[in-house]
Amino acid sequence: MTVGIVMLCHTALDRAGQVARHWAERGCPVVIHLDRRVPEAERRWLTTALADLSDVRFSDRVACEWGTFSLVQAAILATTRMLQDFPAVRHVYLASGSCLPVRPVAELQAHLAAHPDTDFIESVTTADVGWTIGGLNKERFTLRFPFSWKRQRRFFDAYVRLQRWVGFSRRIPQGLVPHLGSQWWCLTRATLEAILHHPDHARHDRYFRRVWIPDESYFQTLVRLVATRIESRSLTLSKFDFQGRPHVFYDDHLHLLRRTDAFVARKIWPRADRLYRTYLADAPDPAPVLELNPGKIDRLFAKALERRIKGRPGLYMQSRLPLKSRGGTQSAAPYGVLEGFGPLFPELESWLGRVAEARVHGHLFAPNRAEFAGGEAVYKGGLSDSASLRDYNPRSFLTNLIWNTRGELQCFQFGPEDAQHITEFLVADPKASIFIISGAFAVPLWRSGLPAAEVRAEAARLQKIEADFIALLQTPEAKARTRIWSLADFVENPAEVLHQIVDDLNPRAPHRMTELPRMVDLAGFGAFLQDLRNQGMQPVLMGDFPASFGVTEHEPDAKYGTRAR
Amino acid sequence: MGLIDAYRLRVRRQYLLLRAFRRRRQLQTVTDHLAACPPQPILLFSTLRNERVRLPYFLQYYRKLGVDHFLLVDNGSDDGSREYLAAQPDVSLWTTRAGYKQSRFGMDWLMHLLRRHGHDRWCLTVDVDEFLVYPFCETRPLRALTDWLESGEVRAFSSMMLDMYPKGEMHVQPYREGQNPFEIAQYFDSGNYVISRNARYRNLWIQGGPRARVFFADTPRKAPAMNKTPLVKWHRSYAYVSSTHMMLPRGLNLTYETAAGEKPSGCLLHAKFLDTFAVKAEEELARGQHYAESHEYRAYRQGVAQERDLWCKWSEKYINWRQLETLGLMSKGNWA
Repeated sequence: MTVGIVMLCHTALDRAGQVARHWAERGCPVVIHLDRRVPEAERRWLTTALADLSDVRFSDRVACEWGTFSLVQAAILATTRMLQDFPAVRHVYLASGSCLPVRPVAELQAHLAAHPDTDFIESVTTADVGWTIGGLNKERFTLRFPFSWKRQRRFFDAYVRLQRWVGFSRRIPQGLVPHLGSQWWCLTRATLEAILHHPDHARHDRYFRRVWIPDESYFQTLVRLVATRIESRSLTLSKFDFQGRPHVFYDDHLHLLRRTDAFVARKIWPRADRLYRTYLADAPDPAPVLELNPGKIDRLFAKALERRIKGRPGLYMQSRLPLKSRGGTQSAAPYGVLEGFGPLFPELESWLGRVAEARVHGHLFAPNRAEFAGGEAVYKGGLSDSASLRDYNPRSFLTNLIWNTRGELQCFQFGPEDAQHITEFLVADPKASIFIISGAFAVPLWRSGLPAAEVRAEAARLQKIEADFIALLQTPEAKARTRIWSLADFVENPAEVLHQIVDDLNPRAPHRMTELPRMVDLAGFGAFLQDLRNQGMQPVLMGDFPASFGVTEHEPDAKYGTRAR
Repeated sequence: MGLIDAYRLRVRRQYLLLRAFRRRRQLQTVTDHLAACPPQPILLFSTLRNERVRLPYFLQYYRKLGVDHFLLVDNGSDDGSREYLAAQPDVSLWTTRAGYKQSRFGMDWLMHLLRRHGHDRWCLTVDVDEFLVYPFCETRPLRALTDWLESGEVRAFSSMMLDMYPKGEMHVQPYREGQNPFEIAQYFDSGNYVISRNARYRNLWIQGGPRARVFFADTPRKAPAMNKTPLVKWHRSYAYVSSTHMMLPRGLNLTYETAAGEKPSGCLLHAKFLDTFAVKAEEELARGQHYAESHEYRAYRQGVAQERDLWCKWSEKYINWRQLETLGLMSKGNWA
């Protein structure tokens, strides 16, 4: 009573030979199927290398191609040989040339001896598998696949589409319920004989000849007809990436392989000397026995898959540049854009930094330089404050800043006097929160003390720019979170607005704001706006700002203080 | 547009191949050990001039990664580089005194060698001061990477250039022969690279790093390109268009993901900014053999003359490839 190993080999025959020797020397007969396309010289080399082992045999050969019935044929040929030549074999373990036993052979033998009638084969109904590539589950069994998926993909896809359109469907032979699963199994002699000598054997083979990837479905389906006790899991650790190609294990995976509950791992990189040395050694692996934790391996490969499919949102780099529709207008983390607050609150930056626990920059897009927090000339990641560098690619500048500072909330001031090329990106960025007090750009003009006649043109220019930005925010493409107050609305209740932006920017910030920033005294600003009107400009963005604001009430700060409570 | 453009690019590629072919006679063989290569070797191609002091570490670094053979073109060195290389068993050496600039900055020579010896093999084309770092490079040889790329039918591997620089002025810590240059040039800029897409060749155009930050702050358009595709499963019909920045056929330039995910990529650590740099900058400026009227070197000379330190307080100190991966400069993709 023992386990026989069937090995399907086509490359790296030196490694396959080593593994075959390992099995055979530990009492497991081995039957090797060599791909017909293996050159004669290599075949001869392998047979010579293993000639001293009486329990290693070579089966008849077929040429194997991925996704075709030839792989099943190879398994059948070698299994038949195994059952014939080694009557003592109770279980047959199907492995490939790049499989490596990662637990002592004796443990596998003991495990199988303890479950003499159990078939270990992953076998899942087509309705329940989620891992097939190309989206073909059930259709593997009902369509025809005359074209190679690897070499003639276009024809393959077109032919599948055609059959779907026509409504073509093959009839599944009576009694068969399609199942799928890993092609690496370990079945009992009884089950295998029942499959191979089934009265409908010829009919099954004829059917599966035209099924796509039958090595993942032939035994997996037929075993359901004949077996009495199936444990639906593979004893071989084998992980596939999103293109359906197996992940490869390297030397640096050794610590992970020590955690697996599988007996055999695939596939092993042929030059992973350390893995082969460790697992094919006479003495057992000297490393301390760790608690089995197969989930660790799953997580590693799941993370790799996620990196390849989803990537790191907001990162733009040499091998990730998503199109607009795939997250190409997104930053790495939420950030705030404040327009019109600076002119009203001279100490905005230090205040907001404290209450929202954020890094608050000045005007990052100011015409002469990027005003980083603290007035730094170079910021995190080596970002320069040079305006020409920034304006050369403002989008990269901003996404770099947000990426470099991830983990810390960023805010910056913006305004119509700044370089405006970035607006298109800001508007489309779902991570941006844009807060605007429209019309506040006029406050510095008023405070400059210059007569309205002189600043009229500038006020009109800024108003046009700000209106364009606001219009952009109202297009359907806008993804940014936006709040806009006119200056008139804002001065009605500034404290509430300030509360709101802090809440929006950092919901976890301490809620009770103990302090509010000092606001400039707007007494007389209404008159300035009237002056602008008198000069022929139409100040609209400020809203209906009362001409008498602050003039009748002599203490604007006090008023603002009472409202805040 | 599509067809005409594709045709133009085809003509361009054939022109480049023809150029390379015509300049083959400029190369004289010094040593040719290619016959001793193992089957399916990984080959490294490079042009150099007066790099004697850098060569031992360069060879050592790439031998350790698993490069099987070096195919080098010596462009008239007079510092013993040629003699040193001629004595190496895994180096095949060609020499020429022809103009560097006239041969597309050495690319014509290398493309001829690539076409002759690189067909259907993995070929790494780098400068003597560029050191490839790829995911898992500490534990997995280059062959593991190329095997894995090949299993996914990937033909080209992108590796952005990362300028490394010391803290303080460059001449303070002299470089000794055989030394790891990154013991001196330990720092790099981690997050100031700007990317745009070249619609015609479909490659990414990446600029940034300390050179853009210090030397090209006022003329960012002229800042050197950092995107490179040094590792390619070569085919005799391929051509490098501008250094190793972009290739033809242009499908080879699609080393980036335009959906949300990340393709695997590496970095070329660039050990240019050592004490040898000032001398080199002077020499190259005098020869006028560099790209775009040597404006790059002109800018450097100004920068160096003012003894500007590339280091700033946000400079990142190099640790390993995992650090570069975390910083988002390169990616493992789905290699695990």
